[in-house]
Amino acid sequence: MRRGWRNAGTWFGAAIVGAAAFCAVFAPLLVPHDPFVQDIPHRLSVPFWMAGSDPQHLLGTDQLGRDYLARLIYGCRISMLVGITVSLTSGIIGITLGVLGGFLGGKIDDAVLFAITTRLSIPVVLVALAVAGLLGSSMTLLVLTLGLLQWDRFAVVSRSTTMQVRNLDFVAAAWCAGCSRLRILAREVLPNIASHLVVVATLEIALAILLEAALSFLGLGVPPPLPSWGLMISEAKDYMFFSPWVIMIPGITLFVLVLGINLLGDGLRDLFGARTQP
Amino acid sequence: MLRFLVRRLIVALLVTATVMVLAFILTRLSGDLAISIAGPNATQADIETVRKAYGLDRPLIVQFFDWAGRAATGDLGDSYFFKTSVSSLLAERMPVTLTLGLTGLLIALLVSLPLGILGAVRENTAFDRLVQIVAVLGQAMPSFWLGLILMIVFGLWLGWLPISGTDSWQSYIMPGVVLAFSAIPALTRLTRAGMIQAISSDYIRTARAKGLTRASILLKHALRNAAIPVVAIAAVQLGFMLGGSIVIEQVFALHGVGFLAWESIQKNDFPVVQSVVLVLAVIYVGLTMLADILNAVLDPRLRSS
Repeated sequence: MRRGWRNAGTWFGAAIVGAAAFCAVFAPLLVPHDPFVQDIPHRLSVPFWMAGSDPQHLLGTDQLGRDYLARLIYGCRISMLVGITVSLTSGIIGITLGVLGGFLGGKIDDAVLFAITTRLSIPVVLVALAVAGLLGSSMTLLVLTLGLLQWDRFAVVSRSTTMQVRNLDFVAAAWCAGCSRLRILAREVLPNIASHLVVVATLEIALAILLEAALSFLGLGVPPPLPSWGLMISEAKDYMFFSPWVIMIPGITLFVLVLGINLLGDGLRDLFGARTQP
Repeated sequence: MLRFLVRRLIVALLVTATVMVLAFILTRLSGDLAISIAGPNATQADIETVRKAYGLDRPLIVQFFDWAGRAATGDLGDSYFFKTSVSSLLAERMPVTLTLGLTGLLIALLVSLPLGILGAVRENTAFDRLVQIVAVLGQAMPSFWLGLILMIVFGLWLGWLPISGTDSWQSYIMPGVVLAFSAIPALTRLTRAGMIQAISSDYIRTARAKGLTRASILLKHALRNAAIPVVAIAAVQLGFMLGGSIVIEQVFALHGVGFLAWESIQKNDFPVVQSVVLVLAVIYVGLTMLADILNAVLDPRLRSS
């Protein structure tokens, strides 16, 4: 019973992530309109379920008359791109630090622990805003900043799992067989902690998507006219009291995508029996 | 215990020093600060004047130690835009952020403690599953968007709560709820897991055998043990909340430290930016240290190790 319910969540998550990936990859083929073309006379046209909607624009148009559905689909591309690249960047940093600390121990592990403690004390949103404010906002800068800031969970999990694997018999056997340190790390340790890291990666993708949206909402994330969901909510904010759907549509898609990724991550965790908390 | 405290304090000081270096580097990222301060229409002579006046002509290392030395005594320098000392600006804005953070933490605890306890008592029932669904939904909620939705529903449609500002205590309810959302999933999961572990332990069986009431067993015996990690995480979560309140303060136009930081970033007011980063980090370091000490006080088993 419990398992069935859990499985339903996982499949639901997988379906959402699959659909989002499809939208992100095939965005140009799916959209009925160019997401950047403005059409001021037809601005703030309402979505299909409201009276007086324009069949040309299923989800209506924004304050500059740009097709909302097209912007939403291109926004999915931005969210997925940011989520995956940030997670890759932070994964490389975090896993390197965590595995080295957990495998080598001693002074190196102390240094890694100190780096994690320091990283956690730095307010992420504030620093990311400051970097964008000082250097000008761009996608590349956003990904690099978030990647440099969000490696803590990768490091914590890879460190603790490496410590467990390090003391297992097959690692001892590899030592006895005369394998080099590097070979043991690459062939014995990494494959055995990989499932835990995949789970962390999914959760980190979700977190990065939420952070990107928040930063774009504050005007220092993805620069306009790119159709980031956070930016769409920010631009629509002035009209939300008169036509709430302008913030409902991008907000709900953002919520559903993050929910889907988290559900998929939880499902993978159950499947692998992985731990994501230290 | 004393050794534990000293060790913990040394780590805290080292972390603070590292954050100081990072905050200083952060504000120097843009290259020449004198150019950005002087503005777009400044002549070369203006830029030189600014550079001299703010001491930006000195070597970076001298500038850093000057700033760090003053910061250690509580002097964080002067704001370029507000023309007052950064410390007085922070003192003026901090109450709003602290009120917001504590309101958020209070709401989070009021929601997640009962949910976690009930989820554990009724493990694997429909209620337990509902609690877990709430946690999953809360984790996926974009906080700034939730804030806007609450403003539309409770501010505009129902007219129950003020939409922005800090005029009355009611102004803190919506932002507090939004901020609490970020901490509720973690706190609920932790309470539930701790309670499940505690309920299945030997001392609870003993308490049952003694014939104690169910409420007494749960609240006096099980919760006391389950609360130890929750207290620690609650302190850490408060630190995250203060750091994350910049988004919420922006949404609800609360003029706290986060709002100040956002304004200062827009205006290239770097003494304020680096000070806010430092102060938030110091608060976080202090809170985690407090959490560790509380842990040691609450759980004698941890003291010796």
